Amino acid sequence: MLKIKKLSGGYDHQLIVKNVSFEVEKGEMLGILGPNGSGKSTLLKVMSGILPMKSGDVLIDEKSLQSYSPKELARKMAVLPQLHSHAFSHTVRDTISLGRYPHQSGWFSSWSGEDEAAVAEAMKLTAIERYEHQLLDLLSGGEQQRVFVAQALAQQAPILLLDEPTNHLDIAHQKQLLDTIKTQAIEKGITIISVFHDINLASLYCDRLLLMDQGEIKAIGEPHEVVKKSQVETVYKARVSTNPHPERPKPQITILPDVKEQKDEQLITTENFQVTGDLVVFQAETQLKTWSSAVINAGSGWYRNFVNRRVDANYACDNVQEEMLSYLADKGFSEADTIGMMTAVQTKDAVIKEYDTPFGSIVIMVTAGVGNAVDVSRAHEIEMLPAIGTINTWIIINGELSDEAFIQSVITATEAKTKALAFEEVKDPRTGTIATGTSTDSVLVAATQKGTHIPYAGPITEIGKKIGLGVFECTVEAIQIYKIAKGWV
Amino acid sequence: MIGYILSIAALLVAIWLGVSVGSVQVPISTLWNTGADEIATNIVWKIRMPRVVLAGLVGASLAIAGAAFQGLLKNPLADPYTLGVSSGASVGAVATLFFGISVPFLGIYTLPVFSMIGAFLTMLLVITFAKLVDRSMKMETIILTGIIVSSFLGSVISLMIALTGEELRQIIGWLLGSVSMRGWDFVQMALPFVVIGSALLAWNRRELNAMLFGEERAKHLGVDVKKRKMMILIGGSMLTGTAVAVSGTIGFVGLVVPHMTRLLFGSDNRHVLPLSFINGAALLIICDLVSRTIISPTELPIGVITAFIGAPVFAFIFFRQRKKGGV
Repeated sequence: MLKIKKLSGGYDHQLIVKNVSFEVEKGEMLGILGPNGSGKSTLLKVMSGILPMKSGDVLIDEKSLQSYSPKELARKMAVLPQLHSHAFSHTVRDTISLGRYPHQSGWFSSWSGEDEAAVAEAMKLTAIERYEHQLLDLLSGGEQQRVFVAQALAQQAPILLLDEPTNHLDIAHQKQLLDTIKTQAIEKGITIISVFHDINLASLYCDRLLLMDQGEIKAIGEPHEVVKKSQVETVYKARVSTNPHPERPKPQITILPDVKEQKDEQLITTENFQVTGDLVVFQAETQLKTWSSAVINAGSGWYRNFVNRRVDANYACDNVQEEMLSYLADKGFSEADTIGMMTAVQTKDAVIKEYDTPFGSIVIMVTAGVGNAVDVSRAHEIEMLPAIGTINTWIIINGELSDEAFIQSVITATEAKTKALAFEEVKDPRTGTIATGTSTDSVLVAATQKGTHIPYAGPITEIGKKIGLGVFECTVEAIQIYKIAKGWV
Repeated sequence: MIGYILSIAALLVAIWLGVSVGSVQVPISTLWNTGADEIATNIVWKIRMPRVVLAGLVGASLAIAGAAFQGLLKNPLADPYTLGVSSGASVGAVATLFFGISVPFLGIYTLPVFSMIGAFLTMLLVITFAKLVDRSMKMETIILTGIIVSSFLGSVISLMIALTGEELRQIIGWLLGSVSMRGWDFVQMALPFVVIGSALLAWNRRELNAMLFGEERAKHLGVDVKKRKMMILIGGSMLTGTAVAVSGTIGFVGLVVPHMTRLLFGSDNRHVLPLSFINGAALLIICDLVSRTIISPTELPIGVITAFIGAPVFAFIFFRQRKKGGV
């Protein structure tokens, strides 16, 4: 569809785009990325014939850009520039109708049914039909941008060039606009080349990305090949971290600020715990990075309050999450800041201990109810499981954990818990074998992310050793308390 | 459509008034009534009618040229007068008289042709200079450039007049703008250029619409910007040159008429151009009528009347544009 061959060009005395070559297939959406001044917009201008090319060529359908007359070119390629200027007041309809200019000829502008249909469709796609007869300058920036997108769509060209189409739009309009454009690519096979400021949007919507640096191509390929931490950091000269998009297999980046937080480093101790009749609460001064399988705010995130709530053994509720949230709200814990778990054991039976390590202490909290103990290796034999009794394990660490360390902490803690059950000879009442846990166990690992960097937390690392020991000791003690409370011993 | 009906009706009324009202009231029917009074017939056909037609042609030319310049420069304050193009045309015209230039094959068209050349060169000068000063060619930059060029050319004219002594003194009156005592010769002199110039502009009405969104955008939409721009410049200069050659400098018509037209009928150049043409003719016929009747028997220069209306409109547009955040 579109071939760029060793293209160089720019302004009068300055070569801004240097020796750029790439190809775009029909129906493909290519995003052009790069820092300010890297030549993204200039590349687009040279490609659209606004700026002269010094050498190289742009081939549209195997024909050189220069061999097209202005009207022919406009029928092949529509362009949405970054800045719009307009004098006098035009109605939305008149503005969009201009997109039909390349399709009209002759002294009398015969407005055909085809023209009318194209304009109507463009307005529909961009959802601006209701502004049809309004004046352009009375619309908001976002609405105006949609009008110009509609103008470009009305051109019905098989190639669409866009220069930062989402500039100045709020996220709803960004999404709407890119959804519209992407749909055109998918349904009509329109080839799209768009300059982006926002790496995440580009990664999310484009089939391929082209990363420019100082007028040259630094990388080109699928988003995961281009949006790489090291590559983005080198080109943009900014610290970033990449992470997966929650729904699509497209990488996203997050900026890592270099500004030092002024707050003093707060160490976590058992002092942070408070135990009341119904609640075991841990509160930290600043948010801790947390991985958990809690009822409220599971997964990873940053939280300040950790709540282990005692509920009655007969607690039953259709919507546990909602009930728990309203309960927490009553107690003054906001959803945004709080992790919530449930247990059936008395809060006073929670075992809370602190362990010193060479780099900083860790605090462990365990509540254990083992009436519902299960041997995981035999669980497949049992159909129905009564859901009372849970072991909740919290590990709170003064240190900076890597992602691996978080997951290894969970593994280490789980192994220690299982060992504790074996040590206490807790049995699965249905199979009579040694239980490995209960059916509803929860685990939480939280870290201050300050102080020593901890890359790993397997059983033979300094921290793994303490987690193993601590979880084992606490769980054993909690089970013993439980047994006494139940009158088993 | 309603715009065309109203505008044509206004033009007909203007013609009717222009022909019948004056120191001697003459019924319009004299135009077609063969049995009418001979004196009346003479007044109508020899004095009033050529005057009305000439005023109409000049008004139409200046208005459509103004509309085109405004579109081309994306500048609502542009018109042959504010851009200094009228002064350029005057220099061309005065120089023709001053040097006694006569080009045989041009005949009576020598004056308008040199006027046009003056207009065209001035237009190029103004645009080039304004672009050098400020690449984005802001509204004020262009107008300021127009004033600079205008003042300079004004002094060139004064110089030429001073050097010739008595002979060209009459030119001063002519420079203030008038369509009186011109006769059918002048209509004949102007007509072909008015037709060609207007046709050139009308041919580019859609391109002018596209250029309102900037030259780059127009190019993206498939407009051959370089070619079209040149056509518009030539058309506009032709019309301005012709108007100045036959009637001197009449200011603000090209500003007031397109502006009113846009206000009433919208800013689509496909309609602004032809409607400005019709309304420009009507306006100048009325202005001429006022100029010769208001302090009768003395005649005011028509430029006084147009400036009287035009300057406040200029101020108003300027005010509104600045309030809006400028163009």
